[in-house]
Amino acid sequence: MSAALILAGLGVPALGAAGIAAAHRRPNLREGVTLLTAAILFACVLALLPGVLAGERPQLTLFEVLPGLDLAFRIEPLGMLFALVASGLWIVNSLYSIGYMRGNDEAHQTRFYVCFALALFAAIGIAFAGNVFTLFVFYEILTLITYPLVTHHGSDKARKGGRVYLGILIGTSVMFLLPALIFTWHLAGTTDFRPGGILPADVSGAAVTGLLVLYMFGIGKAALMPFHRWLPSAMVAPTPVSALLHAVAVVKAGVFSVLKVVVFVFGPDALAGHTAWLAGVAGFTIVAASVVALGADNLKRRLAYSTISQLSYVVLAAAVLAPLSLVGAALHVAAHALGKITLFFAAGAIYTAAHKTEISQLDGIGRRMPWTMGAFAIGALSMIGLPPAAGFVSKWFMVSGAMAGEHWLALAVIAASTLLNAGYFLPIVWRAFFRPLSADAAAHPHGEAPLPAVIALTLTAAGTIALFFWPDVPLALARQMLGAS
Amino acid sequence: MNLAAHLPAHLPALQVVLPLLAAPLAVLLRSGNAAFVLVTAVAWAAFAVSLGLWQQTGAGAVISYAIGSWPAPWGIELRVDRLSAFVLVLVSGMAAIVLPYCRQSIEREIPKEQHYLFYAMFALCLTGLLGITITGDAFNVFVFLEVSSLSTYVLIALGRDRRALMAAYQYLIMGTIGATFIVIGVGLLYLSTGTLNLADIGARLPQVSGSRPVLAALAFLTVGICLKLALFPLHQWLPSAYTYAPSAVSAFLAATATKVSVYVLLRFYFSVFGESLLFDRLPLPEIMLLLSLAAMFIASALAIFQDDLKRIFAYSSVAQIGYITLGLSFGSESGLTATVVHLFNHGLTKGALFMLAGILVIVAGGTSLSRLSGIGKAMPLASFGIVLGGLSLIGVPGTVGFVSKWYLVLAALEQGQWWLVMAIVASSLLAVVYVWRFVEIAWFREPRADLPKDRRIPLSLQIPAGLLVAATVYFGLDTSFTVGSAAAAAEQLLGMNQ
Repeated sequence: MSAALILAGLGVPALGAAGIAAAHRRPNLREGVTLLTAAILFACVLALLPGVLAGERPQLTLFEVLPGLDLAFRIEPLGMLFALVASGLWIVNSLYSIGYMRGNDEAHQTRFYVCFALALFAAIGIAFAGNVFTLFVFYEILTLITYPLVTHHGSDKARKGGRVYLGILIGTSVMFLLPALIFTWHLAGTTDFRPGGILPADVSGAAVTGLLVLYMFGIGKAALMPFHRWLPSAMVAPTPVSALLHAVAVVKAGVFSVLKVVVFVFGPDALAGHTAWLAGVAGFTIVAASVVALGADNLKRRLAYSTISQLSYVVLAAAVLAPLSLVGAALHVAAHALGKITLFFAAGAIYTAAHKTEISQLDGIGRRMPWTMGAFAIGALSMIGLPPAAGFVSKWFMVSGAMAGEHWLALAVIAASTLLNAGYFLPIVWRAFFRPLSADAAAHPHGEAPLPAVIALTLTAAGTIALFFWPDVPLALARQMLGAS
Repeated sequence: MNLAAHLPAHLPALQVVLPLLAAPLAVLLRSGNAAFVLVTAVAWAAFAVSLGLWQQTGAGAVISYAIGSWPAPWGIELRVDRLSAFVLVLVSGMAAIVLPYCRQSIEREIPKEQHYLFYAMFALCLTGLLGITITGDAFNVFVFLEVSSLSTYVLIALGRDRRALMAAYQYLIMGTIGATFIVIGVGLLYLSTGTLNLADIGARLPQVSGSRPVLAALAFLTVGICLKLALFPLHQWLPSAYTYAPSAVSAFLAATATKVSVYVLLRFYFSVFGESLLFDRLPLPEIMLLLSLAAMFIASALAIFQDDLKRIFAYSSVAQIGYITLGLSFGSESGLTATVVHLFNHGLTKGALFMLAGILVIVAGGTSLSRLSGIGKAMPLASFGIVLGGLSLIGVPGTVGFVSKWYLVLAALEQGQWWLVMAIVASSLLAVVYVWRFVEIAWFREPRADLPKDRRIPLSLQIPAGLLVAATVYFGLDTSFTVGSAAAAAEQLLGMNQ
């Protein structure tokens, strides 16, 4: 049964993509297929949840690619959490896409929805991967399949953005992740994810550190500096892409992979003493990206740098290695996803309704788009880490973990970045609600964005708050991830 | 006499005799259509024969076939082991797939009255390549090499661009020099050991291994074979030859010709000379390593700056040959596995790519990049196939290129050569650049106004190309045939001289 559900999790989005392509002449049917596919996928993932919570670890081995190296899937709690977040938000995002793509009269919409479904296929593959090899396969598929989405407009700017996007993501994965994968195989004779890690005890410290360096920079999707530039470049994409892929599926695939590797390839115990440099790099990324965000006037650019900073929270927490901070890291995958997708939805709604992209143009817009900017405010709270938003919960665990591990650098970084986050999000909210409309804006009346978009961003904002009050399921999954090790 | 019962024992002879007979028959038929049917049928028969031979050598058996029942070393021996069976499957399989593609393809490129000659030359070329692979005799290697080379010169010269003549002439000069070197090397070996049978030479060499003629033979053979396999910097003939040859010929040659030369190199190195001579007396591994790296980087970099798609692929071939010889230079089992498996994998990939380029020619009128602007919108399927093939050149998982890279990197890791690991992966980034150059031209520019309205492509072109593209993905996921054969071949090669 559960093996069939794993197959369904992979097959549904792939078949959905075919269905979307087949329905390309009838937009309503096509979007219907997208929504239906998303709903079925979420149902499949949800059906796996009770078993995983009860301690089951469903497995499926498809076939052997190289001797001893299988394309295999094994669902553990962390992957379950990632799959839940990605597939659940895909439904909302599809709703939003319909409003956005039609509202902006975008071209090539069929290609857009097909690639989107395939991107989800790849994300589910990453979430369910049973070994580093399988993860790598789907990781590369995800990079390639999102390229047409990033360069959707086909303009010169899109082409340049696509170059940076692909150059960094393919470059890091081929240069570092592939050697890391083969080195792992060479050392351990397997690439399976196993609780407690797979590296034999006699591997030298230098090899462990070297391998960790290769993995951390090889997983370019986690956007550790200096390999972060692809994320701002990807912002040339239509906003639904930025929202689901570059706030949820792609970037979360990155930090998810980081967590998987730390917990299931190395094992937290084996890494003790090898992660100081990683904490330093992640800490630097958090602060530096926040500083860049502070100076960015383009809303999507500011959000992108905020994402870079927030991703490194997860990496930092992984580097701290304390159980509590690993729980916080896993929670942050879900919390940041909900908050950041809300922010991107809001940015896209503003663009659709008012055609504004710069923060300095947003004076008084909250009065015309109260739902949008209200949701934006909630998302901002989550980024800063204030109650009653989900970001507070994950940050709580990360801070507790850093304290328990007496990791003062991590604490200082979290404190500094919280202030910086407040510094670049609160002024937007203040500007939207408390500044008078500019003369130019007053001459161009507009209301909220199309209804599907507003519904979508309201839903995710509500989710951000709900996760604060009911973090039980993600928390249980995050705890189980470690309980097994 | 029951023919069917005796057939399996005579497969080695049939492998060569079938295409050899087809060539003069095609000339006698004097009809393009009839010659097409004959040669295609023969190619498929040869494919079936090589699959049979592959089956027979499955358990590590070595088939020795004495022509005319003259036992070796007096008579000529045909010898099939894991390596030669694998290469035979590649060569005959590619011929079987390319031939159906030829018909519609040469229709547009070669005058009708020359078609039967084209098929005759194709059959001869196939004979030569299969003969080189199956023979156990050093002089025979040279003879079959000439058979395949001479027919190749003709095939290249048939290209409709006048520069094809120049390219064929250039290849003729270089190829002749290479063949001369090879025959000198074989002569020196004969001088030293008094035999021409490869296995026999291998058995007798240890007694004279230190002597200067043997070392000279090794050097002559190395240079001669490397000219034929286009190892950097002996590759100058290749880009023009592949670019101006008819599309079907480019596809067949790119997939097989250099690969067979690699086979000859492996055969001489590991079955005749053996490791001790190779790796102790001459700095061959170091030289091979250096030249392979130069090929990987310089040829890839050159590929980036070409403005013709076929020329990009040709330079990419030179670079990929660098991967093949790099694996060889390790002299280890995983290194040789990488060499042998990449020989097959790259054959598939390049065959697919050149076939697809031939399809683009039909609509775009040429393969210069300026003619291909916006071709991704005009011909989405063929262009997408090229991207898939390109991903295999890069080594993306799920394609055959990944499998080769896996073993190559593993071989470098086993030696503890981290800088080589980095060099291998860094060079594949250059492939990203030239593949993406095509992507940007094909999709980010508007299609040319002068593209014909009728863009239908005959199925006989689409199906073979599609099959090969599918094979580059299939053998990237199910590697039991390719890696299984390559690993067994590597084991057999290394085991021979122990």
